[in-house]
Amino acid sequence: MQNQQTYNYKVVRQFAIMTVIWGIVGMLVGVLIAAQLRWPELNFDIPWLTYSRLRPLHTNAVIFAFGGSALFATSLYVVQRTCHTRLLSDGLASFVFWGWQLIILLAAITLPLGITSSKEYAELEWPIDLLITVVWVAYAILFFGTIMKRKTPHIYVANWFYGAFILTVALLHVVNSAALPTALFGAGDMMKSYSAYPGAIDAMVQWWYGHNAVGFFLTAGFLGMMYYFVPKQANRPVYSYRLSVVHFWALISTYMWAGPHHLHYTALPDWTQSLGMVFSLILLAPSWGGMINGIMTLSGAWHKLRTDPILRFMVVSLSFYGMSTFEGPMMAIKTVNELSHYTDWTVGHVHSGALGWVAMISIGSIYALVPKLFGRDGMYSTKLIEIHFWVMTVGVVLYIASMWISGVMQGLMWRAVNADGTLTYSFVQSVEATYPYYTVRLLGGLMVLTGMFMMAYNVWKTVAGSNKAADDAIPAAAH
Amino acid sequence: MDYSDFRGISTLLVMIAFFAVVWWAYSKRRQQRFDSAASSIFDEQEESVHSASVKEVDK
Repeated sequence: MQNQQTYNYKVVRQFAIMTVIWGIVGMLVGVLIAAQLRWPELNFDIPWLTYSRLRPLHTNAVIFAFGGSALFATSLYVVQRTCHTRLLSDGLASFVFWGWQLIILLAAITLPLGITSSKEYAELEWPIDLLITVVWVAYAILFFGTIMKRKTPHIYVANWFYGAFILTVALLHVVNSAALPTALFGAGDMMKSYSAYPGAIDAMVQWWYGHNAVGFFLTAGFLGMMYYFVPKQANRPVYSYRLSVVHFWALISTYMWAGPHHLHYTALPDWTQSLGMVFSLILLAPSWGGMINGIMTLSGAWHKLRTDPILRFMVVSLSFYGMSTFEGPMMAIKTVNELSHYTDWTVGHVHSGALGWVAMISIGSIYALVPKLFGRDGMYSTKLIEIHFWVMTVGVVLYIASMWISGVMQGLMWRAVNADGTLTYSFVQSVEATYPYYTVRLLGGLMVLTGMFMMAYNVWKTVAGSNKAADDAIPAAAH
Repeated sequence: MDYSDFRGISTLLVMIAFFAVVWWAYSKRRQQRFDSAASSIFDEQEESVHSASVKEVDK
């Protein structure tokens, strides 16, 4: 039904299914490299399978393929439902979907081949960067164009967060990916470029990008998801709409300045490091404001947690969000960073945010979304969602707890000195000491991956049982 | 203007901006609008049953 009387669910269905598939792929690569850290021979001496090449493949796959697909699916659903109008253009929607899949495919080919700009979370080389820009602009036109033709008077708060995510990621990507292709200067390699920025400036631009990728891709976008799907699943309006307004403006204006905390004790000017630290500490306030707003939405409806595992995914994701946004500002304090930086503590922190917050809110939202997209009353098996919830929660806790212990231990071993000023431990001794924790981390990762397979089966059975995918009708009159 | 003046003024401006947002969001005049925005996601036909259950519990 490709007409103006229904919503465009086709693109939402496509992205929702790909969220599950890319989730499995990205986490599978993650499990493999976690195993490689424990048993390095698992790279089988094949260059394409070395840790150095698979690690960026893992981060790109989980952030941009899995997280990205979840954001595309939910944002394009939410913008239509809250604006009571069909997407601006079906053709543009298809272009965004297929363009994004092509980018993921190119990443999966180039990164194992060792083609990289070596900028963390922005490893893809310049021709792919150009393609990302085109697809992202198309996405922005699609999203904001749909908002412009809305039939409702107010732009619901979830759209504000999605909008901030889309605009800021465009800005971050274009500025940080500015590079000079060597081919322009007569050096033949088409897939090689150098950053447009020199030295410490390049580092600063990179972590301005890197931290705001966390702040806007992995936070603002998923907060948009939270502000729609948590109230929907709890059947109650958000706890305080006014708090959500303050939350929005405070969060987006603070995140921009926190990046330098990734560069403590480096060549970056000292005042810049302090600025980054102070803004990171301030960030605690808007982050917790948002978390409280999400969790308190359940006040008076807590009993629903007993029977609804989807809601449980969402509430636990908010708890992990609260935990990691407390941990982050603490780690940004220079004296704490002295201990934590370059250790597994950072890895634990990232996964508490990425698995606990981002993945769990996405999984909860996709479980809520899939039955609506395929004209079903609910998921095929609620019991299986519940098992998924427990397997994943235990897996995430094992992962982050092992990385905390391992990270603090590394930090203490690296800084330990003897009375005569020599180092107490060699680096290799610290590597050896981490092995038990790497085994526990691998187990945690395997549990999370197992949960994703359960989800894939559940989604498969739900979709297969659907006679005809149903596009909901757009309400006739504005309210 | 030296560096410490700049710091003081920028802190003050950010504070004013923050309080302005809080005042705007929490002023009585906008309460009605925000309340209806918050429940707007339940206004759709398929959710007619659900919005009834929302009303019976105090916010």
